[in-house]
Amino acid sequence: MSLTDLSACELKSELEQGNASAAEVATAYLDRISTHDEQIGAYLWTDPEHTLQAARAIDERRAQGHPVGCLQGIPVAIKDLICVDGLRTTCASKILSNFRPPYDATVTRRLKSADGVLLGKTNLDEFAMGGSTENSAFRKTHNPWDLKCVPGGSSGGAAACVAATLAPLSIGTDTGGSIRQPAAYCGVVGLKPTYGRVSRYGLIAFASSLDQIGPLAWSVADVALLLEAIAGHDPLDSTSANVPAPAYSDTVGQPLSGLKLGVPQEHLGDGLDPEVAKVTEAAIQVYRDLGADVRPISLPHSKYAIAAYYLIAPSEASSNLARYDGVHYGHRTDESRMLDAWKTERKQHELANDDDAINRMDSPLVRMYRDTRAEGFGAEVKRRIMLGTYALSAGYYDAYYLKALKVRRLIRQDYDRAFEEVDFLVGPVTPTPAFELGAHSGDPLSLYLQDLYTVSANLAGIASVSVPCGFTAAGLPVGLQLQSPPFEEQRLLQAANMYQGSTDWHRRRPALS
Amino acid sequence: MTDKDYELVIGLEVHVQLATATKLFCRCNTKFGQPPNTQTCPVCTGMPGALPVMNKRAFELALRTAVALNCEIPRFTKWDRKQYYYPDLPKGYQISQFDLPMSQNGWLEISDPEDRFAPKRVGITRAHLEEDAGKSMHDEVAGRADSRIDLNRTGTPLLEIVSEPDMRSALEAKAYLTELKLLLSYLDVSDCNMQEGSLRVDANVNLWIHDGDEVIATPIVEVKNMNSFRAVERALTYEAERQQQVWKETKQRLGDVPKQTRGWDDQLQVTKGQRSKEESSDYRYFPDPDLVPVTVSEEQITAAKTSQGELPASLRQRLQDDFEISAYDADVLVNQGRDLVDYFLAAVKVSKDAKKTSNWIQRDVLRTLHEQEATIADFRVTADQLGTFVKSINDGELQSSRATEVFAHMYEHGKSATEAMSDLGIESVDESDVVQLCQTLLNGNPKVVADVQSGKQQAVGALIGQAKKQNPNVDPGRVREICLELISKMS
Repeated sequence: MSLTDLSACELKSELEQGNASAAEVATAYLDRISTHDEQIGAYLWTDPEHTLQAARAIDERRAQGHPVGCLQGIPVAIKDLICVDGLRTTCASKILSNFRPPYDATVTRRLKSADGVLLGKTNLDEFAMGGSTENSAFRKTHNPWDLKCVPGGSSGGAAACVAATLAPLSIGTDTGGSIRQPAAYCGVVGLKPTYGRVSRYGLIAFASSLDQIGPLAWSVADVALLLEAIAGHDPLDSTSANVPAPAYSDTVGQPLSGLKLGVPQEHLGDGLDPEVAKVTEAAIQVYRDLGADVRPISLPHSKYAIAAYYLIAPSEASSNLARYDGVHYGHRTDESRMLDAWKTERKQHELANDDDAINRMDSPLVRMYRDTRAEGFGAEVKRRIMLGTYALSAGYYDAYYLKALKVRRLIRQDYDRAFEEVDFLVGPVTPTPAFELGAHSGDPLSLYLQDLYTVSANLAGIASVSVPCGFTAAGLPVGLQLQSPPFEEQRLLQAANMYQGSTDWHRRRPALS
Repeated sequence: MTDKDYELVIGLEVHVQLATATKLFCRCNTKFGQPPNTQTCPVCTGMPGALPVMNKRAFELALRTAVALNCEIPRFTKWDRKQYYYPDLPKGYQISQFDLPMSQNGWLEISDPEDRFAPKRVGITRAHLEEDAGKSMHDEVAGRADSRIDLNRTGTPLLEIVSEPDMRSALEAKAYLTELKLLLSYLDVSDCNMQEGSLRVDANVNLWIHDGDEVIATPIVEVKNMNSFRAVERALTYEAERQQQVWKETKQRLGDVPKQTRGWDDQLQVTKGQRSKEESSDYRYFPDPDLVPVTVSEEQITAAKTSQGELPASLRQRLQDDFEISAYDADVLVNQGRDLVDYFLAAVKVSKDAKKTSNWIQRDVLRTLHEQEATIADFRVTADQLGTFVKSINDGELQSSRATEVFAHMYEHGKSATEAMSDLGIESVDESDVVQLCQTLLNGNPKVVADVQSGKQQAVGALIGQAKKQNPNVDPGRVREICLELISKMS
């Protein structure tokens, strides 16, 4: 039995008891990464020396009898959208390809103080915009269950590294399903906490009112452990909730009784793959067998969720990404080349006596902005910046952004009503299992529809978890989504753990060569 | 066209830096004049992932000001992003307030002690909080067109106070600014230093042309780059004439042309059109999702009212009522700021003579402060000392003729009135000594006595000089009185 076969909770007790050292665990994972990550592509970078140094420091403290944080030296992979002081943080974008933040995100700081060991930064869709990790400017990530397939996204690297046993714990972010969808595609557990549960300070914003950091791991218990390390109020994030964060890992094993589950009928309609439907129904049956009262429920406004999401998220993104302009940090276009081109153009207009054309020319500053952003951003990011800029423009704001906010309130009301009747909602995470790389490349809208069942939780700000619940005939994992009222992560994880207590999907591992 | 054919219409936008120790959304220092980019952090430099957290103190100061400007305070206010690209705006947007400002619909009363315009209330459309941008420095040394950015100022809290277009002359505009600045200094919310950019003024100006029964509004022009109140006054006077000329030539009405922005050139004393982009700017305001809306409680508003202290308008009235000084004098004292009023009040406690104390302050104290470019806080003559000084004059211990000399000595050497008098050898002279001195002089100058007796009273003046020579401490007035009295007894 290798150290990498152990769950995070098992590793924790091995480390506590001194049966293994943090350095040994880190080494075991670094070895696996060097052997297997070339075919998976989960990581954008690792820094073995840095990792081992951090692990040894924890071992030393333990050896000297000093207290060690709750993660005890367990390695953690971090999505490359979260700042780590002095280490490259790229958002998988060319525009930040050499960016080293001068500060730690709150989550990074909490992981460090909990004695998690940073294993590396995982791949993602550029600025978390996408659902396949194909929008990374740097590399493709493959689904460990079928290398032809995508791992999902945007936290594709975060899910794939867990699925391929290249990290026991992993931090992702979820704006419209970006933790849950890749967790489902890769057959691991992924939690999107309630908006405000985990500080966003140092999470590089895609859509500020929707973004939330969350944990991924093989088991619900491991997810509870990682959530415990990162959750809680942060005075540096005005939107972080001042609600106590309980010790999730203490209670996760306690089953709930008298469980009432609602199945949103809108999530079982058109577009749902029959195989996914079948696996999901079987999973719901597990809860029935555990004594749960399962009933149909309606979320009448969920049909507007995608439309509202694709107005709100790009609107915020267009604003959040305005800072990448080449002035203060990150990529800047080659200035001398840009200026030469500008001068040549101007001379041509002068020779032609074309005053209009001269007046229409950008100033060199504006030309620098344009060239920098044209070079630095990928197609999907540009698409969303344009969508958002348009939606916020004078004359369109009311019709698009404001209307989307109204829909958002209605979606939240749907949930409030549903949770008056049931404890949790249960249903599919995605309409289909993982698809092949390139399958949606010509049709971005069809990829947006993969978010059908996940975006509502972000719009409503509630908690939602994806739990592996079976496989398709082709051997691709399927996820089950459980959704809870805000700040009910404790009970949500208990409910999810009940399912894992009755099934062993989460113990299956993909065969890697 | 005569003056009566048009009205000048002015609205002012004033940006005031609030005197907080730290910035509006981070904990960086706001101190002016530090080396570039030394007062910055991930938040105010717009680093990826950094988030703003509102400075409660800044909101308190804004609230105090808004309440003092008689504004309505909505119970709910929020933050919006104003989006535009500029190198000194590192996030690509400014956090400001758009449709739900923290205050609105207030007023400020202005008047002119010289009655050149009737007292009036200038409406305050709104006052809202926002963050300042950084500074661009265009360095063209050695032929390199190099621009440098200093982000020390980025994120400093600004209160933008927008007036209604209620002012009708450059004089009224200047009075509004003076009164506003005074109010802000009494509220202790800003140092209002225009040189350091703590107070910035933009004006919106147009004309209302009276054409028979019709009133025609001309296009509104925004005037920027006015770096002193004097510049505001001159720029607005200039604009009034310029716009009249434009009206005569073009007959353009409001709405015929896009709003123009002009900059005041202080060297040439003219406004110049600034290059405006063809497309009108669309700031794409939307609520900042990184900040929570602010709810304002009744208690906070009460606290703001309590914290504002006595404001200039009521203080002027109190000085007139309690000390029987004129409206003009009250105005002069109050307009110098709260510190000077406190100085006055403390001095009066000792001198028991408000009128004379006020005169000494207005004449000698203010002149000295002005000459030394000092403030009352640094003034070497304390209020107690000034009070004792005035009292010495009233008690006859110090003659008025030598008071200025004593005051200068007090100021120059930081001495009390008594010390100064002693340094200068001034001591009060016994009445009997003066009488004796006068008698001796009269005895020695029969011609003077004769002249006075024949009706030439001014002849006694010759004796005053002699008296002073013999005893520099004698009061010349007293010598004159006694001599005349003695002569009248002689006849």
